[in-house]
Order: sequence, then C-alpha cells, then structure tokens
Amino acid sequence: MAQLTMIQAITDAMRTELKNDENVLVFGEDVGKNGGVFRATEGLQKEFGEERVFDTPLAESGIGGLAIGLALTGYRPVMELQFFGFLFEVMDSVSGQAARMSFRSAGKLNAPITIRSPFGGGVATPEMHADSLEGLVAAQPGLKVVIPSTPYDAKGLLISAIKDENPVIFLEHMKLYRSFRQEVPEEEYTIPLGKADVKREGTDLSIITYGAMVQESLKAAETLEKDGHSVEVIDLRTIQPLDVETIIASVEKTNRAIVVQEAQRQAGIAANVVSEIMERAVLSLEAPVLRVTAPDTIYPFAQGENTWLPKADDIVATAKKVLEF
Amino acid sequence: MAAEKNKQFDPTGVLHEIEEKFEMFQILNEDGKIVNKESDPKLSDEELTDLMERMVYTRILDQRSIALNRQGRLGFYAPTAGQEASQLASHFALEKDDFILPGYRDVPQLIFHGLPLHMAFLWSRGHFLGSEIPDGLNIFPPQIIIGAQYVQAAGVALGFQKRGTKNVVMTYTGDGGTSQGDFYEGLNFAGAFRSPAIFVVQNNQFAISTPREVQTAAKTLAQKGIAAGIPSVLVDGMDPLAVYVATKDARERAVKGDGPTLIETMCYRYGPHTMAGDDPTRYRTSDIDSEWEKRDPIVRFRTYLEGKKLWNEEKENEVIERAKQEIKDAIKQADQAPKQKVTDFLKNMYAGDMPYNVQEQFDIYTEKESK
Repeated sequence: MAQLTMIQAITDAMRTELKNDENVLVFGEDVGKNGGVFRATEGLQKEFGEERVFDTPLAESGIGGLAIGLALTGYRPVMELQFFGFLFEVMDSVSGQAARMSFRSAGKLNAPITIRSPFGGGVATPEMHADSLEGLVAAQPGLKVVIPSTPYDAKGLLISAIKDENPVIFLEHMKLYRSFRQEVPEEEYTIPLGKADVKREGTDLSIITYGAMVQESLKAAETLEKDGHSVEVIDLRTIQPLDVETIIASVEKTNRAIVVQEAQRQAGIAANVVSEIMERAVLSLEAPVLRVTAPDTIYPFAQGENTWLPKADDIVATAKKVLEF
Repeated sequence: MAAEKNKQFDPTGVLHEIEEKFEMFQILNEDGKIVNKESDPKLSDEELTDLMERMVYTRILDQRSIALNRQGRLGFYAPTAGQEASQLASHFALEKDDFILPGYRDVPQLIFHGLPLHMAFLWSRGHFLGSEIPDGLNIFPPQIIIGAQYVQAAGVALGFQKRGTKNVVMTYTGDGGTSQGDFYEGLNFAGAFRSPAIFVVQNNQFAISTPREVQTAAKTLAQKGIAAGIPSVLVDGMDPLAVYVATKDARERAVKGDGPTLIETMCYRYGPHTMAGDDPTRYRTSDIDSEWEKRDPIVRFRTYLEGKKLWNEEKENEVIERAKQEIKDAIKQADQAPKQKVTDFLKNMYAGDMPYNVQEQFDIYTEKESK
C-alpha cells in the first residue's frame, strides 16, 4: 500500500471514480491544466481528457449552476470551490437550489453533486480564504457535510460522497493536506457518510471533534493520559448528519464529554452535538458538557490566526474542568 | 492633438454604434400586416392555427387563474396576458426533447411542453405533487430566484453538448433579471463552452414596479449578450412570427454547435406582477397600458389569420370553451389531490436512505399522522 498525504488520497479518490463511472466530471477554477491551486486534481485532466476534467470561467455561482444543470442531464459533477470563503458567491446554487432539488421535484429529480473545497485555518492564507463556514451548510436541510481528518478517511469518504445521490459538501482542511502520510489502499473502498470514527479509545472523557481539531485533540489526549486520564477521541467525519449513535455510546461509557471545533462558538456544530447529548444521555453525565471553540470574531487571517485558533492546550484546560467537576 | 487621439480612441462612439445596430425585429405589425416578407417563416396553416389556439387558450387560462386566485382556489400566480407571443411563439420553435428552465411566469410554456394543467394548479397551491414532473418531460419547476435558471441552463446545455444530443435548453427571465450576476454568468459560461442554450429576456418593461430605465444604462437588453461574445437579437415580443423566427434561428445555431443566443422580446404584462397584492396603478398609467394594448399579440395575429381565412369567431369560441372546460376539469382534479403530510415532505428530502435525523422525525410523524 502507498503512503499518501491527504491531498494525494483526495486525488486518488477522484481518479478512482473518474475511472469507475463515466458520468463523473471534475471541474472548477484552475482544476484542469494547473491541477488546482492545491494540486488536488493534479494529472487528472491529462489522464481523463478535457471533456471530463475541465477549467471553468471564474464565477462561483456559475460553477454551481453548471453543476446543477449537468446533474439534470445525468452527470455526477464533482466541482471544486477554490476556497470555502467563496461559499457566499455560490450560496444560492448550494442551499437555494441543489439542496432543494429532490424536495421541489417531489423526489423525481436529485442532485448527486459533490462540492469539494479547502477550508480551515493555520496556513497563512489571505482574507476570506480560511474560514470555518461549515455551520452555514450544515444548517441547510438537503445537504450532507463531510470533513475528513486523515488520508485514509479522505479517500473512502470522498468516494462515498461522489457515489451519493444527494449534494454533499466535502471540506478539506488545508492544514491537513500535507501534514502527514498514511497507508491508503490503491483499490476503491468506501467509508459510509454519517458514521463517526473512534480515533482513540478511552474511559474517562469523550472528546467529540472533527477536521484539524482531531489532531489537536489527540495531542491533548496524550497530555491528559500522562496525568492519568483515559480519553476517547471521536472524529465525527460527517457533521451533517451526525452519528448520534457513536456519540451517545461513548458518552454513556465515559460520562463526561467536551466538544471541540475550530469554528467560532456561536450557533455551531458543537452546540448541535451538545444538544444531542442533552436530549439523549443527560442522565449519564457526571459533569456539564463544555465546548472548545474559536472566539466569536471575524476570522483574523495570516499573522493573526495562530493566537486565535483553538489548540491542544485549550483542549487540555477545558477537559480538566470537566474531569475535575 | 486631443482631437487626433479621439479618432482612434472613441469609447462613446463604439457604444453608440453597437447600440444603434439593435433594431427591433418585426414581421407582423400591429395591424396584422406582414412588414418583413423575406423573414416570414411560412408556417403551414395548421401551424399558424395551432399557435393562435395556444395564445387564445393561454389568455383564457390567465383570466381564469386570476379569478380562481381571487376566490382562494389558486395560490401563487403571476399573470401572463400580453406576453403570449413572447412565451408561446418562442416555445413553438422548440422540439419535444428540448429542456425548459422557466421563470415563475413561464407556466404556459410548461403546459404546452407537456405538463398536465392540474399539476400547474397544484404547483400554484404549493402542493408537492405539482412538482412531480412526469417521466420524459424535460422541464424544471418554475424558478423563483431571479436569474438562477440562467446559470443552470448553462449546465444543462453543457450536458447536452457532452452527450452529443441534438437538443437545446431554453430559459427565460425578465428585464429585471438582466441586472443579476447570474444572468451574465449564465450567458458567459454557455458562450465560453459554446453550449446549445437559448436565453430569453422577456422585457415586459417593469420589474414589479421598477421601470426598465432604472435597471441599466444599456439602450437595449439584447446588447448585453455582446459582452459575453454571443449572438443577440431584439425582437418585437408582441409579434408571434418575429419571436418564432428569432428562436428558430437561435435553435438552429445551437444545434449546429454554434453556441448560445440571447433574445430580448419587447413585450408587456397587462396585469399585476403577481396576485399577491401588487397594484400596477402605483407605477404605471392607463395611457401606457392602452399604448401597449394596441400592440396586442392576439389581436394582430387574429387579423392576420382572418385575412388568410384561417380564423373566425366560431373557431375562437371553440378554443375559449375548450379552455374553460379543461380548466374546470383540472381544478377538480387538483382538488382531489391528497392532503399533504409532513411525512411526504420528509420523504422527499433526500434520494436514497434517510439520514438519521430525517428518519427519526419521519417515524415520529408517521405515528402522529396515522391517528
């Protein structure tokens, strides 16, 4: 098996599905000849031709509309939104149109569209290039929102996203693109959407998280272990729909939980996870469920971001509050 | 020195030169006379009568829909009277497998493309079965977001092109729609890919209350296609023959692989923007109304067909009676649609398995609604 970075695993997933299904099309700004600004589509145009892997004019709403129209003619579009901060430009196509396709056609039509986009902070990008806007799409019924944290998960989840009959937002944390390698099988495999993964088992506290915060949480778990705390880390992998079963099973075992997200605190995914725990497992809890998040400000890009982003130390501090409650 | 320079560099002159080229294309004038013989499409007698029947039918459908709306028997409705030539003569140039991405006023085209009338009524009422598009019917439910259909049309057109079908996509917006970003993105994408799309702008002079002059400095809306590098034409939207010819011509180009066309149809809506409380007397005078009524598409087409002995009062009454009866039957059929349930809505949210949250709510509502 090959040792791949997450971005290589993502390219591999697209290559696999371009090979398996002639209706798969990959397109967006600079994805063709240039292979994408992060090289996620490196070599795909050369391998599959300009009919299947192509550049579009520079207009996100147009790209979203293109995806919907191609879906209406039986294609399975995999569109790249060059940075997730450009979501606002394509919000109508995503939430106003693709998400409603099945509903507003009484289930007769569907939009098997995968929207891939780099997101998250910590790699010194310009303004509007690093936000964690996943909450905006997770709040929209009709969409699924997937966020891998490892190369292996990225390939299996992206293949599932492409095969899914519904619009799936597939968010790739930029900090994870090349941060580590992992064994990734060459053949096709899928990881079901809506299924979390226990990245580390433990008995005293559940840390529920996703994206780049999985690595920070694993670091925090190491630190806490030195103090004698056995910590479980759950990687949600799909933030809409949530894997409530895995979350609740973990909380019922550990009786204590914190939820970690890189996004700002207000109206976020973490709040949603806390609500699910309160509704389903409040009697298992020995302590309040606390959140570790970024503060409720506009994302401070480049030099400002590292003082702002949540880190392992913040997770340890909050975990201790809950463990010592 | 300055004058010397201006000869080579004359942005205003270039603009005026382009704008002056957009003359309104007309075949049948207000008096029902052919004024442009060389462009006459020479439709057969059957085709001419068929087109007239569609326009008369639609005028009756409009009158009845307004009445039904006032009685509370229809929901959302955007009146169509005045736009029959623009809507139905453009559609008349399409083939069965061509795709239509309509705006909310473009229900008549859907009906003549094959959408059963009772479904149009159900859609108006907000019943989900109104959008259960019959198999093989290449339409999308009417778009509410102004301009969104334009970018989607570029996608459908690219899909047709990749599939190698000899079909086109036709989409409609209004004068206000041309101010949207999606309008230009749609034209530009289809132009860049040379995809088989026909973009129709039904310029009915007012976007709700906002007059055409407020939308843009451009003298015509058709000229906006020039910026995207696509052929563009301004037609008399009250002239069914001119609208038909312009669309047919655009379709031929699209099918040949020569890319999209923008068509501006100069027309007018006699009624309000929608039946949801719009009062046109706040922004239009009756003088403007009667000015446009003189150019009525049905009146001029009737005169033309009567001159050819293809039309008379008896024929028209037949169509009117048929329309009334079919509308009555369709309303009856719409009334028989089952009461909508929350479980219906939940079922239609996703293709395939329901996500856990939807499934949980589905189970709860299934129990609730079985009582």
